[in-house]
Amino acid sequence: MAADLFKALADPTRRTILDELAEKSGQTLFEICSRLSMKHRLSISRQAVSQHLAVLEEAGLVETRREGRYKFHDLNTAPLRQITERWPVPDTSGPEQSIP
Amino acid sequence: MKIHLTSIFVDDQAKALRFYTEVLGFVKKHDVPVGEKDRWLTVVSPEDPEGTELLLEPAGHPAVAPYRDTLVNDGIPLAQFAVDDVRAEYERLRGLGVRFTQEPLEMGPVTTAVFDDTCGNLIQIATKPQ
Repeated sequence: MAADLFKALADPTRRTILDELAEKSGQTLFEICSRLSMKHRLSISRQAVSQHLAVLEEAGLVETRREGRYKFHDLNTAPLRQITERWPVPDTSGPEQSIP
Repeated sequence: MKIHLTSIFVDDQAKALRFYTEVLGFVKKHDVPVGEKDRWLTVVSPEDPEGTELLLEPAGHPAVAPYRDTLVNDGIPLAQFAVDDVRAEYERLRGLGVRFTQEPLEMGPVTTAVFDDTCGNLIQIATKPQ
């Protein structure tokens, strides 16, 4: 299960897709493609974006939902918890660390 | 050569005429009966009445449904209209109950948004290129 997650995160385009879904959840394939090409200057076909989304969906990082005739993609960061469970992140919110 | 007319398939021509004129604000240009119930029905922008006509074409052909449904599923618009201010138009249309599949999005020099024309299509609005 974790292998899928790391594979999904290993690709820079897929990380960019996650960044954009983090900024705004509930995007159509068309909006994701527009953001990649216009904001990130990534020349990538819709088919390729679909394939990237399929990898992200398989890893559980992207969920799709249908609303009537449209299909929207949402970010789900829950699988990332597996990483911190495997390699726990020290709590840095203590008072001594918050002093610059 | 210039683009004089372009067309969009609509489920119901009467309903489409209402949406394209009363909601979007286009004006009817030609309305000629063709066959039993179909019409040669075009609208133009009031800002450019002699400009490009949009034909609201009946969507009855069997190829139309799979074509449009597949595009709508992926959020792909079938036409793009220019507006001065996408955000203002978004607010205006939303106030009239129009459903957007993409909210206004600034992407470098352009801002776009995508809405459902209630006749089977997604339409993109964009700021006019300078």
